[in-house]
Amino acid sequence: MISDGVEDEDKWLAAGIAGLQQNAFYMHRALDSNNLKDALKYSAQMLSELRTSRLSPHKYYELYMRAFDELRKLEIFFKEETRRGCAIIDLYELVQHAGNILPRLYLLCTVGSVYIKSKEAPAKDVLKDLVEMCRGIQHPVRGLFLRSYLSQVSRDKLPDIGSEYEGDADTVVDAVEFVLQNFTEMNKLWVRMQHQGPAREKEKREKERSELRDLVGKNLHVLSQIEGVDLDMYRNTVLPRVLEQVVNCKDDLAQYYLMDCIIQVFPDEYHLQTLEELLSACPQLQPSVDIKTVLSRLMERLSNYAASSAEVLPEFLQVEAFSKLNNAIGKVIEAQVDMPAFGAVTLYSSLLTFTLHVHPDRLDYVDRILGACVKKLSGKGKLEDSKATKQIVALLSAPLEKYNNIETALKLSNYPRVMEHLDDGTNKVMASVIIQSIMKNKTCIFTADKVEALFELIKGLIKDLDENLHDELDEEDFKEEQNSVARLIQMLYNDNPEEMLKIICTVRKHILIGGPRRLPFTVPPLIFSSLKLVRRLQGQDKDTAAEEASATPKKIFLLLNQTIEALATVPVPELALRLYLQCAEAANDCDLEPVAYEFFTQAYILYEEEIADSKAQVTAIHLIIGTLQRMHVFGVENRDTLTHKATGYSAKLLKKPDQCRAVYACSHLFWVDDQDSIKDGERVLLCLKRALRIANAAQQMANATRGSSGSVMLFVEILNKYIYFFEKGNSQITVAAIQGLIELITTEMQSDNVTSDPAADAFLASTLRYIEFQKQKGGAVSEKYEPIKV
Amino acid sequence: MVLVLVLALGDLHIPHRAPDLPAKFKSMLVPGKIQHIICTGNLCIKDVHDYLKIVCPDMHIIRGEYDEETRYPEIKTLTIGQFKIGVCHGHQIIPWGDLDSLAMLRRQLDVDILVTGHTHQFTAYKHEGGVVINPGSATGAYSSIAYDVNPSFVLMDIDGLRVVVYVYELIDGEVKVDKIDFKKTTAVTHSAY
Repeated sequence: MISDGVEDEDKWLAAGIAGLQQNAFYMHRALDSNNLKDALKYSAQMLSELRTSRLSPHKYYELYMRAFDELRKLEIFFKEETRRGCAIIDLYELVQHAGNILPRLYLLCTVGSVYIKSKEAPAKDVLKDLVEMCRGIQHPVRGLFLRSYLSQVSRDKLPDIGSEYEGDADTVVDAVEFVLQNFTEMNKLWVRMQHQGPAREKEKREKERSELRDLVGKNLHVLSQIEGVDLDMYRNTVLPRVLEQVVNCKDDLAQYYLMDCIIQVFPDEYHLQTLEELLSACPQLQPSVDIKTVLSRLMERLSNYAASSAEVLPEFLQVEAFSKLNNAIGKVIEAQVDMPAFGAVTLYSSLLTFTLHVHPDRLDYVDRILGACVKKLSGKGKLEDSKATKQIVALLSAPLEKYNNIETALKLSNYPRVMEHLDDGTNKVMASVIIQSIMKNKTCIFTADKVEALFELIKGLIKDLDENLHDELDEEDFKEEQNSVARLIQMLYNDNPEEMLKIICTVRKHILIGGPRRLPFTVPPLIFSSLKLVRRLQGQDKDTAAEEASATPKKIFLLLNQTIEALATVPVPELALRLYLQCAEAANDCDLEPVAYEFFTQAYILYEEEIADSKAQVTAIHLIIGTLQRMHVFGVENRDTLTHKATGYSAKLLKKPDQCRAVYACSHLFWVDDQDSIKDGERVLLCLKRALRIANAAQQMANATRGSSGSVMLFVEILNKYIYFFEKGNSQITVAAIQGLIELITTEMQSDNVTSDPAADAFLASTLRYIEFQKQKGGAVSEKYEPIKV
Repeated sequence: MVLVLVLALGDLHIPHRAPDLPAKFKSMLVPGKIQHIICTGNLCIKDVHDYLKIVCPDMHIIRGEYDEETRYPEIKTLTIGQFKIGVCHGHQIIPWGDLDSLAMLRRQLDVDILVTGHTHQFTAYKHEGGVVINPGSATGAYSSIAYDVNPSFVLMDIDGLRVVVYVYELIDGEVKVDKIDFKKTTAVTHSAY
C-alpha cells in the first residue's frame, strides 16, 4: 500500500543500493581480470535495480546516481577493450544480448559513447540509433532517467560547429535534431505521468512531476549551449519545434515550466527577434497556465536587456516590441475573463517597467498602459484585494521614480483615474509616495494649474474622501501625514508674484475644505508662504507695479485675515494669535496702519476671549508686547490704545511674579531706541514703579501665607531695568532712585524673615559687578555711573 | 585633551516655514561627532526632535512659541567642562534681540555663555566677561524680525578655559565658516553663598 509511505520506500531504496553495490563489486572483479563476459553479466544485473517501480523520483535519483558512477568505470573498460583489439561494433552488438531491455539500453548508451568517440561511425548515426531505441522504455520515471543518461553521455559528443565530431555527414543540424527528439520524447513521458494513478493522488503526482522537471528542461539548456544554434536556426528550427511540443502537450504544468525555461535559457536578443512567434503561442496555452507570470518574466528580462546598454534600444524599435507586447497582453486579458484584478495589474505593471526602460520618452505609451488598466478596472469600484492595490501602488510609483519629476506624472491623463480605484487607505499611501517624490527632487517650478492637478491627486490627504467614514487613523500617523502636506506647501514656488498668488489661492481653496483636524497643520505654512510673497512685493518698486496687478500686499493681507479666521472652527486660539501678530508685523513693514491695527485687534480679541490658560497667557502677552514694541506704523492714538490694553492685560495675569515681569516688559513700549518720538521717560518710570508695587505685594502675600517673604529676585530684575534705562539716557531715572533700590534690596536680603535665594544673591552680585565694570569703562559711561555707590 | 563639541541650533520652523534642513547641513551633522546639542527652540515637530536625537543623544532643548511639544522648559542652565551655559528661546526677552536685555538675562542666570534664538539672525557678542550667542535659523526660515536670513548653526569647541565658536552659514549654496575665540578668566566655582 502506498500509504505505508516513506519508511517502506527507504527500505526498498536500501535494498536497491545493496543489490547494486553487490553486483558492482563482482563487476569490478571482472573488470580487473579483463573478463568481458562477466563484466557484462554483472553490470546487467546491477542495472536491473533500476527496473524498480517502487521508488519516488527523489529516491530513484539516488539509485540512478550510483549506477551512473559505476557505468563510468565500465565505459573506461570498454575503451580499453577496443584498444585490446575488440571491435567496437562487436561490443555494440554484444551488449544487446542483455536479458532485460532497461539494462540493455543503459549498456548500449554507454558503448555508444565510446563508439562516437572512436569516430568509426558518424556521430549522427549512433545518436539517431540510440534516441530511437530508448523508445523501448515507456514508463515515465524510468524513461526520463534513461534519456537523461543518454543526454549526459552525449553532451560533449554532439557534432557542433567547430567540434571534432563535425564532418561532411555530421552537422549541427543533426545535433539539434537529436536533442529536439530526446526533448520531445521526454516531455511526452513527463506529461504522461499526470494521468497515471488514481485521482486522489493528483497532488502527490504533481509534486513528483515537479521533482523531474529539470530533467526535461535540461534539453533546452543543451540547445542553448550549442554554438551552431544561431538566430536563424533558433527562429526556423528550434523555437517552432519546441513551441509545437509545448502547445500540443496540453499540460499546464509542462507549459508553464517550459515557457519559462525558454525565456530564461535563450539569449534576450533571440527573444526580441522572435517576439511574434513566442507571444502567439500564449493564447494557445491551457487557460489554467499562469501566463501573466510568464509574460511578466519575459518583460522583465527584456527590460534588463534594454537597461544593459543603449546600443540595443534601436532593436526594440525595429521589432516594434512595445506594440507586440501590448497586444499580447490585451489578448490574454480578453481571453481569460476570470482573471482577477491583481493579475491584470501585474501584467500592466511589467509592461510599464519595460516601457520606462525602453521608451522613456514616450509618455503616450505610459498613458496608454494606464488607460488600459483603468479600462480593466472600470466597473469594479474601489478594489478590496490588497495584492491588487499593492500592485497598483507599484504601477503608479514607477513613473515617479523614473522621471524624478512630478510634472511628468501630472501630464499622464490616466494617472488620477487609476487612483480612483484605490481604497481610501491606499489612496493616501499613494499620495504620500507622490509627496515624497516631490520632496526628493527639489527643483520643480510650479504653476497654479500644476498645483491644482497635484492637489487632485493627493486629495486623500487633504480632505475626508468619504463623508461618513471616519478614518481610525493613529494619531501619530495622522500628524505625520499632515506634516508632509505642510512640507509640500513649502515646495510650491514660482518666481512670478502673480502666479505665486494664484498658487496660494489654489492651495487655500483646497485646504479650507480639510476640516478642523487638518487646518492647524495646513494653515500655518500657507500663511508664511504668503508672508514671503508680501516681502517679495515690498522689494518691488511701487511705481512699476501695474494698476491692475492683483498681487498687492493689501490683497494678500485680506486673504490672510480670512484664512486665519478659519482656525476659529478648530479652535486653536494660541496659534491664531501668533499668526495675527506675524501678519501685523508684516503690515507694519508695508506701512499699512489700518491693516496692522486690524490684526492687533483680532489678536487682542483672542487673548481676551479665548486664551484662559495662565501659562498660555504669559507667553501670549510677551508676544504681544514684543511685537507691539517693534511697531512704527501706528499713530499716537492707535499706539496708545494698544499699549494701554497690553499693560492692562499684563497687570491682570494670574500670578504676581508673572504680572511683575510683564509690566516691566511693557516699559519698553514707551522707549524705542531707533525712534526718537517714542522715548517717554515718565511713562517708563511709571511702569517700573508699578512693577515694584506688584513685587511688594508679592512679598506681603508670601509673608501672610507662608510666614516668610519670598525671594528678592523680582526686585533685582527691576533694578536691572532701572539701570538699563538709566544708561539709555532716561532722565527720569536718577542715581538716587537706583541707589535707593540697591539699599532696599540689600536690607531685605539681610532681613531674618526673607527666604534665602542663592540665585537672587548671585544676580545682585553680578549686577553690582556690572556697575563697577561700567565705571571702569571710561568716557561718558564712566561719568554716568560714577555717582552710584555699591 | 578630550574633544568637546557642542552644537547650537534652533528656529528651524519645520514644517511651518521650511520643508527640511539644508542638504549640505544634514551631510555635516554626522552622528557620533558631537557630544552635546543645545537647541534654542521652534523645531517645531517631533520628527525634527528625533532626527537631532540621532545626531547626538545628549540634547538640551528649550521651548519656542511654535513648538508642538509644550513641556520643554522655558529656561535651562547647564555646565559643560569649565563653562556654565544658559539657554532661552528669546521671545520672552523684550526688546527682541536687544543685547543689553540679553546681557541682563546672562547676569541673572550667572552663566558664561548665553544661547538664545528667536531673531533668526546669527550673532555672537563678547560682553563683559561672557558671550551671548544666537545661532540663527538652521533652515533660514522666514522671520518678521530679520530679512534675507541665511541658514546657520553654531559649533562650540570647548577646551579648558577656552571656547572657539564656529558659525556655519549657507550662503548662495556654499557653506561658509567663521569663528570667534573666547577665554574665560576663572574656573567654575560653586556659589559662595
